[in-house]
Amino acid sequence: MNVIVCLKQVPGTAQVKIDPETNTLIREGIENVINPFDTYALEEGVRLKERFGGKVTAMSMGPPQAEGALREAVSLGADEAILLSDKAFAGADTWATAYTLASAVNKLGQYDIIICGRQTLDGDTGQVGPELSEMLEVPFVAYVSRIEEIADGQMRVQRMVEEGHEVIEAPLPTVITVVKEINVPRLPSLRGIVKSKSAVIPVWTVPDLGVDQSRVGLAGSFTKVIKVFFPQRVCQGEIFQGELGNQVECLMGKLKDAGLV
Amino acid sequence: MGIQIDLDKCVGCGDCVPVCPFGLLEIVDDKVQLKEGCTLCGACQEACGYEAILIEAVSEVEAVSDSHQGIWVFAEQRNGKLKGVAYELLAKGRELANTLQTDLSAVCFGHGIDEVNRLIAHGADKVYMVDSPDLAINQEDLYAQQLIELIRQHKPEIVLAGATSLGRAFIPRVAAILKTGLTADCTGLDIDTENRLLRQTRPTFGGNIMATIICQTKRPQMSTVRPRVFKKNEPDEKRKGQIIKVDFNRESITSKTKLLNFVEDLTETVKIEEADIIVSGGRGLGKAENFQLLRELASVMGAAVGASRAVVDEGWIPYSHQVGQTGKTVCPKLYIACGISGAVQHLAGMQTSDIIVAINDNPNAPIFEVATFGIVGDLFKVVPMLTEKLKNQ
Repeated sequence: MNVIVCLKQVPGTAQVKIDPETNTLIREGIENVINPFDTYALEEGVRLKERFGGKVTAMSMGPPQAEGALREAVSLGADEAILLSDKAFAGADTWATAYTLASAVNKLGQYDIIICGRQTLDGDTGQVGPELSEMLEVPFVAYVSRIEEIADGQMRVQRMVEEGHEVIEAPLPTVITVVKEINVPRLPSLRGIVKSKSAVIPVWTVPDLGVDQSRVGLAGSFTKVIKVFFPQRVCQGEIFQGELGNQVECLMGKLKDAGLV
Repeated sequence: MGIQIDLDKCVGCGDCVPVCPFGLLEIVDDKVQLKEGCTLCGACQEACGYEAILIEAVSEVEAVSDSHQGIWVFAEQRNGKLKGVAYELLAKGRELANTLQTDLSAVCFGHGIDEVNRLIAHGADKVYMVDSPDLAINQEDLYAQQLIELIRQHKPEIVLAGATSLGRAFIPRVAAILKTGLTADCTGLDIDTENRLLRQTRPTFGGNIMATIICQTKRPQMSTVRPRVFKKNEPDEKRKGQIIKVDFNRESITSKTKLLNFVEDLTETVKIEEADIIVSGGRGLGKAENFQLLRELASVMGAAVGASRAVVDEGWIPYSHQVGQTGKTVCPKLYIACGISGAVQHLAGMQTSDIIVAINDNPNAPIFEVATFGIVGDLFKVVPMLTEKLKNQ
């Protein structure tokens, strides 16, 4: 079972705060981490390897410091890691990202399953997984919450939809995105940490992938960000005062006025 | 390719520093310096009054063909029933079509859907209806290929779909094959009339930052849109439109995946994505059993029960109740947040609700920043009082 896990290094935005003076994200003290959703993808890859043998290759496209995320992936059980990094990859939208990843997957050769997180914490699109599957011309299943069985070149998985869950069968090789319900990621093992320190992580650039420079990064992106701004939170709410019973009474009055009760 | 700062032109005014959403610019020795991590968003370039910042893109010189006309809305259904987001998209689509002076079409795949006429009443000029028993259940492989075929044939300039689990899974595959841009999870859409471009606004960084995105060189321009962000129009039963039946050619389409079974989540009495009122609980409830308080309030109000991610992670209530960035986006008439502090990820999923009521004993909880009405107090006292008053009226 050869598994490829795609992951992205993101700022750990859970603690993100806006500087009220400058209205920008405060980045000091915010570490870059593996996109939390991708940690479930990695863990599931490692579990598949433990069940069926084979190997797990972690792959990331990003700036040189994304190597840190890949080293962490090795400490968490990935056998190999590849960094796709080139100045020309910068500013990629989801299409250009998927195209770059697909080129790297093709260079890597044989695989059975590619696992991605359901979305990233920063970009939040969830589009790279499905776009990657089409570029590789393999099946795709989103929001997988359980891999039930893999046998005879077929996999059977559960995936979450709004109304409940579905059981889907797909032939290998296939691309899936996973949700956090699928597993509880392990902590790095001592052996893993030692291994990650000495792991050789190759860096593949535009010439290594043999891709057309106009198809990657900002140049290869069909979508373009034209404006970035901070949402205005109009804070004009009314906090009721006085004795609790009166406050509840006030609230009832407001809800009645709005025709809601 | 990339960003370049012309230090000869830079006067060190610092105007660019505060506009960088990622805080990557600083003034060192009266000149601007850029730290690692630039996404080439262009905010600084716009702010610089001295043309010292240059973002070079090898832009694809490809004229957009004028043959692409019209706006399409993918009208999602489940079990033969159209989803609310289909009507919401038609309302927005109608507005965009009027601005562009073009047609609005709905595209619907399914079997035996009797509400197809309603798509016209809600604003569509045309409905492309592909009806087949094969399409009764949501078969993403079939949907993707069928939609690609129709888009190639009719060449719309804009395609909108709901950012539901179906839409977010299969629309990117359509965009990948059509080699066109797709913007996920939009919360705002409008038209740059001068250039006939769709301006797509979406939250990123868990709702901390908004980005406006365009797709200049490719058609169609595609977006997925969060449910409950746009309001549906009142239906106009007198509206005239055309229903175009399209044959489904099963043989020409290959399906790689197979749906074996569907298990419905039965814990919900009222679905949160459709509810007018949501009573939502967070960690302040203390334990799973205390959700009973909220269920009682919800039942007298005819409301659905929502939850923060924290309590779903604790296992107090199933995931289908989760509101927020990784749960559901809701926009009810009334959202009552009980014991929810209001992390940005939660706010991202509910802050467009018409009226937000926050009940929390911590006056500094961020939920009060978005609340229309707030009660600073013990939810274990406030909620039963509210339930009691509602019962007695």
